[in-house]
Amino acid sequence: MTVLCLVELDGTGAADASLRALTFARDVAGPGGQLAAVVFGEAGAPAGGAQAGEAPAGEALAAYGVTDAYVIEPGQLAGYAPLAWARVLAGLVSQTGADAVLAAGTDRGSEVMAHLGALTGLPMAANCVSAARSGPGVAGEGAWQIVRQRWAGLLLEDAVLESSPALATVATDTVAPTPADAPAAVTVHPHRPELADGDLAVLATESATRSGGVSLATARVVVGGGRGVGGPDGFAPLEELAKLLGGVVGVSRVVTSEGWRPHKQQVGQTGTKITPELYLACGISGAIQHIAGCASAKHIVAVNSDAAAPILSHAEYAVIGDLHKVIPALVDAIKARGGSA
Amino acid sequence: MEILVCVKRVPQVGGKIVVTADGQDVDTRMSGFAMSPHEECAVEEAIQITERLGGGVSVLTLGPPDAAEQLREALALGAGRGVLLETDGREWGPTATAGEIVAEARRRAGGGPGYDLLLLGNEAADTGDYQVGVRVAHALGWPCATGIKGIEIADGTVRARREYRGAEELFEFGLPAVITVKEGINLPRYPSLPGRLRAKRAVIETHQPQWRPDGLRKQALRVPETERKQATVLGNGEDAVPALLAVLDELGVLP
Ligand SMILES: Cc1cc2nc3c(=O)[nH]c(=O)nc-3n(C[C@H](O)[C@H](O)[C@H](O)COP(=O)(O)OP(=O)(O)OC[C@H]3O[C@@H](n4cnc5c(N)ncnc54)[C@H](O)[C@@H]3O)c2cc1C
Ligand SMILES: Nc1ncnc2c1ncn2[C@@H]1O[C@H](COP(=O)(O)O)[C@@H](O)[C@H]1O
Repeated sequence: MTVLCLVELDGTGAADASLRALTFARDVAGPGGQLAAVVFGEAGAPAGGAQAGEAPAGEALAAYGVTDAYVIEPGQLAGYAPLAWARVLAGLVSQTGADAVLAAGTDRGSEVMAHLGALTGLPMAANCVSAARSGPGVAGEGAWQIVRQRWAGLLLEDAVLESSPALATVATDTVAPTPADAPAAVTVHPHRPELADGDLAVLATESATRSGGVSLATARVVVGGGRGVGGPDGFAPLEELAKLLGGVVGVSRVVTSEGWRPHKQQVGQTGTKITPELYLACGISGAIQHIAGCASAKHIVAVNSDAAAPILSHAEYAVIGDLHKVIPALVDAIKARGGSA
Repeated sequence: MEILVCVKRVPQVGGKIVVTADGQDVDTRMSGFAMSPHEECAVEEAIQITERLGGGVSVLTLGPPDAAEQLREALALGAGRGVLLETDGREWGPTATAGEIVAEARRRAGGGPGYDLLLLGNEAADTGDYQVGVRVAHALGWPCATGIKGIEIADGTVRARREYRGAEELFEFGLPAVITVKEGINLPRYPSLPGRLRAKRAVIETHQPQWRPDGLRKQALRVPETERKQATVLGNGEDAVPALLAVLDELGVLP
């Protein structure tokens, strides 16, 4: 089978989400299949490039079993333009006769695949956990058996996708990035996109300012605060604890919709998905939309005054009590320990 | 500025999500209904834009007759007109849904000046298809930006911002356009009492579109199997702090 997979770059190499999508795509392509990465080069990348037979993040692509890399040089396409990127994929579908086109379910991946669906008039299955085409002789031959996420991963849907090629995004939180058993030899194809009028009408310009400090999505420790914090002034001990642990504060939707904290600190289905070593959830009940954002935390510890709060069935450990007493006491204990160490 | 906001009625699930016995739907016997937070923000954004630039806000939903409730929520906040595309309760896929939104935009343009802007959520809370807005934009031939967290409009040009890798990317394009937004773009207001009364009395325009299948066919819904934990209680109140400290130490997160 031939599978095209959009690979996003993150300034240093292939983005983690794309490595997960490649792992998924390699599985779909099957042994002996053709796994073709589509890479849009970034301006400012080292010289050489596709013309010299090198793909950006070429080593990672080989390690993940990519057999072919279609590389669009930055000179050919001036940045991120969702419709133009989809146009490139549509062109490569015709050129390669791909059986499936996949991308990570990131902002860009989802957007480009939606455009590809609209351009081709084909359905697009979002946030798939698995995908397999039924073989010859099987009922529904050629159709795809899909499992995909709904409700931000709180539910799974079994579905049949009748489409050739199959278009799908990959639920990256369910696929661990796994290199192939043996690296592949990547054939690099410099690709000249043929764009249509208006394909660049929506083109991203990136602002230079990148916010400094630890980000919520990648922090190693997140100290969570919910309605139980009581108001905008209740966060100081949580901030102090987060700082001591080298982490950041995350909050529930009640906290952001009350205006106690900005939305960029919200954990959950409509906020940020976090992946810390420790999530210390204080005064948070554990509504499923909140869990959708913190289920990938390695360890969850809850501080809640209610021993029956739903968060306790997602946490490993819990302290039952008033966070306004527990957290300051914990801060003091950590400081005392640091002093004596 | 004439703006159409598209909102979807979804179950308001709390501590647990339960699937019906036939595996086809979320069990809503114990739950209320709401629109997604992204869509609440789309309604708020539309109202703020028309407060600045003049014009009106229409709000549309495709769903069962009871989905009029979500239209009235938006009307109570300040939307002027509600359009219900009434279904027989069957689930619609994103392609067919987009088709009906396009039909409404064309109906409106046929009867005079059409919409200048369509606002949707980035993804629906239940199906999370991430595509209705983009499909609508293609059918209308309008530019489209998704996942937007900031909108400025001046002289028929939109500047739309979104987050990307801890920075911001900016898109500039002309109207008419389709924009999908994310929660955080604004802080939605609460309905006023006069707003609620107006919404209660408002006449909702209703159409009954014909259901069509989508290329992605649902077979069944299920709750993923995760090991159901029950937390080990370390203790009560401050007395538990030494035990908590020991756990944090074991996890290797202490300074
Ligand atoms: C489509 C949709 C998307 C959503 N997306 C998100 C999302 O992204 N993120 C999100 O968080 N929510 C989201 N929600 C909202 C979610 O359903 C809940 O309403 C919200 O998570 C509840 O926040 P909370 O736990 O802070 O408040 P509550 O549910 O009110 O819980 C407060 C908790 O604090 C405890 N408490 C009170 N006082 C104290 C104290 N002094 N010490 C210790 N504990 C105390 C209480 O026992 C209780 O357990 C979404 C909802 C919908 C419908
Ligand atoms: N049934 C519906 N009625 C009105 N708007 C909808 C409906 N389904 C989806 N939408 C809109 O399209 C957005 C994206 O949905 P989706 O592509 O299904 O994830 C939602 O946030 C809504 O704004």
